[in-house]
Amino acid sequence: MNAIFDIISWALLVSGGFLCISGAVGLLRFPDFFTRMHAASVTDSLATTLILTGLFIQADAWIVQVKLVMVLLFVLLTSPTAGHALAKAALHAGQKPALGKQPKTTMEAGR
Amino acid sequence: MELIINMALLSMLAMTAIAIVRIKDLFAVAMLAGIYGLISASFFVMLDAVDVAFTEASVGAGISTLLMLTTLAITGRFEKADKKSRTRFALPLVLLTGGLLIYGTLDMPSFGAADAPVQEHVAPRYLNDSEQEIGIPNVVTSVLASYRSFDTFGEVIVIFTAGIGVLALLMRSDLPPAKGSKSTASMHEHMVLRIVAKMLIPLILLFGLYVQFHGEYGPGGGFQAGVIFASAFFLYAMLYGMNAARRVIDSVVVQILAALGVLIYGTTGVISLLSGKNFLDYSVLSHDAVHAQHLGILFIELGVGLTVATVMIIIFFTFSGRNQVEGETD
Repeated sequence: MNAIFDIISWALLVSGGFLCISGAVGLLRFPDFFTRMHAASVTDSLATTLILTGLFIQADAWIVQVKLVMVLLFVLLTSPTAGHALAKAALHAGQKPALGKQPKTTMEAGR
Repeated sequence: MELIINMALLSMLAMTAIAIVRIKDLFAVAMLAGIYGLISASFFVMLDAVDVAFTEASVGAGISTLLMLTTLAITGRFEKADKKSRTRFALPLVLLTGGLLIYGTLDMPSFGAADAPVQEHVAPRYLNDSEQEIGIPNVVTSVLASYRSFDTFGEVIVIFTAGIGVLALLMRSDLPPAKGSKSTASMHEHMVLRIVAKMLIPLILLFGLYVQFHGEYGPGGGFQAGVIFASAFFLYAMLYGMNAARRVIDSVVVQILAALGVLIYGTTGVISLLSGKNFLDYSVLSHDAVHAQHLGILFIELGVGLTVATVMIIIFFTFSGRNQVEGETD
């Protein structure tokens, strides 16, 4: 039983760590502000969730688990909000998303 | 493993410091300073100094970044180009000072050495006897608030003095009473931010209180709690505008509370003086010696928390109020 829990939690931790690294790579490599921010917010929300869930399974005391859940809730509440505020500020400051040819027409049609 | 993490953290610290020196965009520098604080906090955690790490994370990474950004709103974003002659003079000076400091470390005992003075002087007593003498599990709090409470009193006075200094230099009594500046008005439209802030502000205040009163049992205490408490007010002021924040807590009340915090701390000491004991000797506060220590620590942590929180609010309010005035004269 313990081995199964260990495998699950380590799978979560490693995939969270992988998303952190891929998010960092995306932050450096993506073409414009908004795609870079997407990479950063994946690190913020999904990677943190995976890591915290992995730690939740590893934790041996219930008080630690409660604290981890609180941290998770706080992160889930704040990091999308921070991303939202950042994107809105960027739009406000005149940052335009870099668009390809195809999405441009669909966006025009959507309006 | 620990060595690798320490090396990674220290080299990140060095890189951040170099970036801070070289970048001219002060907005990025403020952010990097916050990152520097966060990395130092991680480093302190690696050294098992969780209380210091907590302080560094809340002060260095949190509130000082905010205060720097508020300052930038007044001063402008870009550093002026440096004259070459000054840097030529500064470099040898920095190298000399750095060389002397490194030379000084050669005489010091190696890191973690068992026979270092820091391990032999008072630390054994703190570690072995504080549980019986003070009766609380967190040794850092017993050192800070009981054994060394006089030093902590000095720290609180320093913070209070900083608040007075900011007020003396920047306070404007002729502040226009009821006209929000344009930037805060536009922030008002952000529905998502406002709702999330409404959910978060009570939690932040609650967490501040938890840190304040749980400092005897875990990492935390008046300094961190004050900063966390103040950050809730910052959040409110940034989203709802300075005028709304001033309606919540009046500037005059904040100033009185800042003085009250120092007064609570000092009075706790004077009570022991009047009862014929040493300054800040808590044993007079109750018949039971350990319980008296508890009470004394509670009082002075309350004073610390009150002063820190209100001084932070004072600095933020004064800077933002200044910004508002400048914005309207434009």
